[in-house]
Amino acid sequence: MCTVCGCSEGETTIEGAAHSHGHDHEHSHDHSHDHAHPHTHETHSHDHEHHHHDDKTHDYGQGPAHAHAPGLSQSRMVQIEQDILGKNNQYANENRSYFAEHGILALNLVSSPGSGKTTLLTKSLTDLQSELALSVIEGDQQTANDADRIRETGVKALQINTGKGCHLDAHMVGHAMEPLAPEDKSVLFIENVGNLVCPAAFDLGEAHKVAILSVTEGEDKPLKYPDMFFAADLMILNKIDLLPYLDFDVEKCMDYARRVNPSIKIIQVSATTGEGMETWYQWIKATQQITMIGYQPKLTSVDSDAQAA
Amino acid sequence: MHEMSLCEGVLTVLEDAAKAQGFKKVKKVWLEIGVLSGVEHEAMLFSYEVVVRGSVADGSTLEIIELPAQAWCMQCMNKVEITGRGEPCPSCDSYQLQISSGDELRIKELEVE
Repeated sequence: MCTVCGCSEGETTIEGAAHSHGHDHEHSHDHSHDHAHPHTHETHSHDHEHHHHDDKTHDYGQGPAHAHAPGLSQSRMVQIEQDILGKNNQYANENRSYFAEHGILALNLVSSPGSGKTTLLTKSLTDLQSELALSVIEGDQQTANDADRIRETGVKALQINTGKGCHLDAHMVGHAMEPLAPEDKSVLFIENVGNLVCPAAFDLGEAHKVAILSVTEGEDKPLKYPDMFFAADLMILNKIDLLPYLDFDVEKCMDYARRVNPSIKIIQVSATTGEGMETWYQWIKATQQITMIGYQPKLTSVDSDAQAA
Repeated sequence: MHEMSLCEGVLTVLEDAAKAQGFKKVKKVWLEIGVLSGVEHEAMLFSYEVVVRGSVADGSTLEIIELPAQAWCMQCMNKVEITGRGEPCPSCDSYQLQISSGDELRIKELEVE
């Protein structure tokens, strides 16, 4: 079949043989259609479409090549229908299976810079490490300052510097697994690059995105950055100890978040005073329990030998 | 500027397709981008030009087809079209919407030689 106009050799013969491109695509109709088709063009809807349904209707556009560029020799069209994020999603799925296999709850913490994400995290790690196995991936453009702050709590951490990158992607997280080696049945916090735009689009294989918003920011942030609040399952409203000094309408903020994402859960905390932190810990523990449903520790070869015997 | 990464994703797909389908040059690329995908068209066009330099798609043009977003309004029990997240139902002003499409980021087709 001719890939320019979709006609087939032998299928369409037009009286007068005006269709003379001989399948080397050397023809040059210029779409004002002044070439010499002797047949009448009664039903000519001429919007770039050319396909010989019969000898009266030319429909440019139905063939495999759509003839977006009629007259250009050798060009052909390739239908591809591929997701741009396909590669990232593939890596994310690999991460997800890794987490499932090891019973790891992975949380992707996202926020704008300065929301108190690292302070919230270090406080959480300090309070939770006696009960849960924990590890952290820190994403920043530069410096290992945050990973250093995390390690001070005694929890193992790995820094990823994205350089010019504005977000972590699934491939980076996959590569972090080997050196970090999070324990089975642990909670892995992935602190994304401070950015409320880009990380929304990149699935890392996490169970949940957690968006952290501080009351020193505008209460309309969920409306300004809707993609992120839509992608998140939990919103933590941080620095509530500062509310008396600020003109921040908590109700309004929560309403905005629910406009964007009717099913989002919201927890109000202050990482500095500890207020509300218990609720956040309960959420982590409950979510971790859910992750563990159906988790079966992989039998090591020694175990399976023992079972066989 | 995650558009830069997205364009790198596009280029990877183009390079894989060039290998698989044996073409040497990409002349035009059509992307389908949903209105809720969080992609800035201008940034995409700019990044594309930079990213494809020296590749199989050097000098090719990028055409963006914007796809609308649809949602199910739980108040109206109806399918409605929206133009952004956090927007109410255009007929009843409710925010109880289940968004069903509009976040597409797809390479639709290519013109190659």
